[in-house]
Amino acid sequence: MAASLSELSTYLGEKLPGRVKDAVLAYGELGISVEPGDLIDVATFLRDDPRCQFISIIDVCGADYPSRIKRFDVVYHLLSPKQNLRIRIKVQADEETLVPSLTSVYPGADWFERETYDLYGVLFSGHPDLRRILTDYGFEGHPLRKDFPLTGFVEVRYDDEAKRVIYEPVELKQEFRNFDFLSPWEGTDYVLPGDEKAKTN
Amino acid sequence: MGLNDSSGTLVAPKPKGLIDPNTGRPVGSDDPFFLEINNELADKGFLVTSTEALITWARSGSLMFMTFGLACCAVEMIHTSMPRYDSERFGVAPRASPRQSDIMIVAGTLTNKMAPALRKVYDQMPEPRYVISMGSCANGGGYYHYSYSVVRGCDRIVPVDIYVPGCPPSAEALLYGILLLQKKIRRTGTIER
Repeated sequence: MAASLSELSTYLGEKLPGRVKDAVLAYGELGISVEPGDLIDVATFLRDDPRCQFISIIDVCGADYPSRIKRFDVVYHLLSPKQNLRIRIKVQADEETLVPSLTSVYPGADWFERETYDLYGVLFSGHPDLRRILTDYGFEGHPLRKDFPLTGFVEVRYDDEAKRVIYEPVELKQEFRNFDFLSPWEGTDYVLPGDEKAKTN
Repeated sequence: MGLNDSSGTLVAPKPKGLIDPNTGRPVGSDDPFFLEINNELADKGFLVTSTEALITWARSGSLMFMTFGLACCAVEMIHTSMPRYDSERFGVAPRASPRQSDIMIVAGTLTNKMAPALRKVYDQMPEPRYVISMGSCANGGGYYHYSYSVVRGCDRIVPVDIYVPGCPPSAEALLYGILLLQKKIRRTGTIER
């Protein structure tokens, strides 16, 4: 498997010069990085080339790295049933970057891209129906961003006077609890024999 | 049916399979309560009871529950009504329509997005109606208490009668909750709620 993946990696480097910016073969998986502008071309090549035949889109997801300038990774997973290979494509984006939508190449990318938009706020250009898919109607914010608080901003309850479910600013009756399992009061520190002096502080 | 003390549940004594040497008949055949009922039926052909006991018996003995399966708890709720635990023994049967059901069993995580739908279903149920909150998530948010998208307890949306703890509660636990609800209905004892 790793041999055919490294073959594929060099093949892609020859066929798509300058477009595949970075190809990493790690843990038996091949991942390539492309610019947002090259995404459609690369995906079309991967789908149509007889040595690739990545006809199936498995997943589109996001990842947030707040310390980076382009904080988001949009990650595409493709599968080639004929070659029995998988490949991962990464595109970097920030809040304003328009990542071209892959729905023209893979119709199945439709809802995956809506999900990525919903949870991370990555914008996709050319998507037929880019609106939220998972979160509540009228939800504000993108929950999987690292700067989104865990409890969000609103909570719901039924209001007996208004006779409907209303939204209120979140109010926690009990604060977050921080479990420190290394504290002698809250947990046990299992010291391995011979490791007693490993911690120096 | 009204002849018994309304605080306890009516349970027939277990047959012991032993022959009483004094009477030569099985032990328990001279149980005064059942002998009394048997004699009354044989003598008069009818039983005398209070309307309250009759009404509560009828109401608690035919509870249709609205299945509101939201997550894994729903599987245990299904088990409760399947042959092994067989909640229909107690007259508690699933009913897919809110307009024809008496109880709603909220089984699973109630999310913010689902909350208006849950309330709408509850509002469609006819009075008197009861709610069983099943599982940690429905009771108080449970594992997802601090989540941005989960209601911290379905009692924020609908009034709850019985809370069944567990994650998920076993089918027996839910059945016990249903029996407690029947007890509550018997205790309240009115046509109105």
